[in-house]
Amino acid sequence: MKRILRVVKKEFLQLRRDKRMFGMLFVAPVLQLILLGYAATVDVKNIPIVICDLDNTKESRELLSHFTSSGYFTTVAYIDDVNQVDYYLKSGKAGMAIIVPVHFGRDLQAGRTPQLAVIADGSDSNTSGIGLSYASTIALNYARNIVVKRAESYNLIKNANDLPQVVAQTRAWYNPDLESVNFMVPAVLVMVLMVITLTITSLAIVKEKENGTIEQIVVTPLHDLEFILGKMIPFILIGMVEVLLVLFVSVYVFHVPLRGNVITLLVLSLLFIMVALGLGLLVSSISKTQQQATMTAQFFVMMPMLILSGFIFPIENMPRLFQYITYLIPVRYFMEIVRGIFLKGDGFADLWPQTLALFAIGVVVLSMSVYTFRRSIR
Amino acid sequence: MAPAIRAHDLTKKFGSFTAVDSISFEIEEGKIIGFIGANGAGKSTTIKMLCGLTKPTSGVMEVAGFDVAKHPEKVRENIGYMSQKFSLYSDLTVKENIEFYGGVYGLSRNELKDRLSWVIEVADLKGRENLLTSDLPLGWRQRLALGCAVLHHPRIVFLDEPTSGVDPVVRDKFWQLIGQLSGEGATIIVTTHHLEEAEFCENILMMHLGRIVVNGSPEGIRKQFSDLPLFEIETAEPLKVFNMVEQESWITDAAIYGNNVHVYAETQGPVEALDEVLKKSGIADFKIVKAAPTLEDIFVKETRPKGRAPNV
Ligand SMILES: Nc1ncnc2c1ncn2[C@@H]1O[C@H](COP(=O)(O)OP(=O)(O)OP(=O)(O)O)[C@@H](O)[C@H]1O
Ligand SMILES: [Mg+2]
Repeated sequence: MKRILRVVKKEFLQLRRDKRMFGMLFVAPVLQLILLGYAATVDVKNIPIVICDLDNTKESRELLSHFTSSGYFTTVAYIDDVNQVDYYLKSGKAGMAIIVPVHFGRDLQAGRTPQLAVIADGSDSNTSGIGLSYASTIALNYARNIVVKRAESYNLIKNANDLPQVVAQTRAWYNPDLESVNFMVPAVLVMVLMVITLTITSLAIVKEKENGTIEQIVVTPLHDLEFILGKMIPFILIGMVEVLLVLFVSVYVFHVPLRGNVITLLVLSLLFIMVALGLGLLVSSISKTQQQATMTAQFFVMMPMLILSGFIFPIENMPRLFQYITYLIPVRYFMEIVRGIFLKGDGFADLWPQTLALFAIGVVVLSMSVYTFRRSIR
Repeated sequence: MAPAIRAHDLTKKFGSFTAVDSISFEIEEGKIIGFIGANGAGKSTTIKMLCGLTKPTSGVMEVAGFDVAKHPEKVRENIGYMSQKFSLYSDLTVKENIEFYGGVYGLSRNELKDRLSWVIEVADLKGRENLLTSDLPLGWRQRLALGCAVLHHPRIVFLDEPTSGVDPVVRDKFWQLIGQLSGEGATIIVTTHHLEEAEFCENILMMHLGRIVVNGSPEGIRKQFSDLPLFEIETAEPLKVFNMVEQESWITDAAIYGNNVHVYAETQGPVEALDEVLKKSGIADFKIVKAAPTLEDIFVKETRPKGRAPNV
């Protein structure tokens, strides 16, 4: 135990002198989170829309003002003729058209279900998807009983009474405010945590190999496990500090509501950090140089994990085979955990399958890294 | 007494290349042993195998009475190792390095304090305790490395080329330190390129291409090779003499040292022949003496490819 603490102390001493590492540990994650967090919200703000108010009543104007003041849309034109929608969307002048049919206000007053048509330019499915859901939400917030109808293509619309009967679904079930930032920031938190822990641990052992210091260690009575533990403990602590840091930014800068229990989140973050450390040590053990380790960590670990985690592409949209592969990706589970805790207020009771999966992956990865480390130094 | 080290039929191959070629030797407890050889002779590889840093391809080793393959942890408790490449933490200070290794070797607080001041003293590092080791001059760094390697009073100390690159003054200090450790009872194994350092060793093992070519004490070896056909020619015209003797096919090697020409012949007793050659060429003033071989002569002879002339 005393020997492990010696290694821990040594790691901290070295870290303190490594200015670059220090910046990478405590400045980079916050910057990354802020950049990515804002990027995640910027692209769905200011969608250019064209508005066609065929009703032109108090109700319709009121509803439309909710759209224009929401911050998500910029109105490029008000038109009177439905047929002009075609021109705006096709030319790219607008990404979406909102059409308020005649009798909208009357139906609303009468307690009937008025219809609202939202037509999106299908070429940018991401933006239009988000735009559509924003539109639904805005409409729903205005009056519960408005049915938002969605047209896949403007060609379908011959006149305002002939709107296709598609009810837009609210995409983000667990994020009713539809603040994309709420959905993205927890994910960014996961990514930042993964990138940082993996990057620093992947250098942990290979640096000693490259400098030859490992030789001096190997001839001492220090056990391999003591060495690895001594290396891991500082990174675990740092990882936890990162979590707190990133959590702080998420909650206080982005105002993402944390609905679940902080302790649950921290405990499961600890588990994830262990998995990431295991992966980092594995990379470090199989690499000969620091450069090689960084490359391996980036291209063979982080990139596939990023792509298969559901961060960039929703897992449901992946080909079957890849969907199965995602079950091996620890980030997938942690992403579900973090989003679950943040957005749904999940606790252990809801998250035990993901926890179990993470734990199992962690055990495998850590054993593998200890094994390869032992083989690599003799 | 059981030998400190016993190696039998030790071989290390890197792919098809044999770095150490079935060597066997025993090292007596308490001695200073020198492994001497040129670059690539296999010295470091041998030492690394003995320390458990690399696995031998075949062969058995016992270090401090323990089989290295079976009880590496027992071996580690009894050895100190200083690698050829500086391998303390260059981003830690002198003191931090000593404290780290002291802790790793399991020294108590008091022992550590004692050893810390001992290392600072012998490595001449007073006042530099808080310097980063990367900022130390090489000679000081090497002594610090040695200090760190022996913090735990190991019975056997391996020093891989501790004096390469340091100036003669520091080298002498280094050997004083080695003598001190030996005086405390440690067995010391040193590798070196420098044959003059062999004189500080009680026993030397000359290595060449992965094999031990000569093994014994410096005097013993010199005695063993005392009848080497080695001559010294004292002359006022060394260059001329050198040029003459070099043309003779039965002269294997010749070299100029000041007013002397050292000649290494192929056969015993060519004093008359040499005399004749030099007289014939009109050199009047010379004197031929049978020379006792230096360790260098012996090393050169033993490492020269057989049946081929040198300098070709
Ligand atoms: N890991 C390795 N892989 C391949 N070849 C190696 C390896 N380590 C050493 N060798 C080769 O084995 C031979 C012996 O190397 P070794 O380091 O033992 O020599 P040495 O006597 O210590 O030489 P030096 O004086 O240069 O330190 C050299 O030819 C070297 O190139
Ligand atoms: Mg060497």
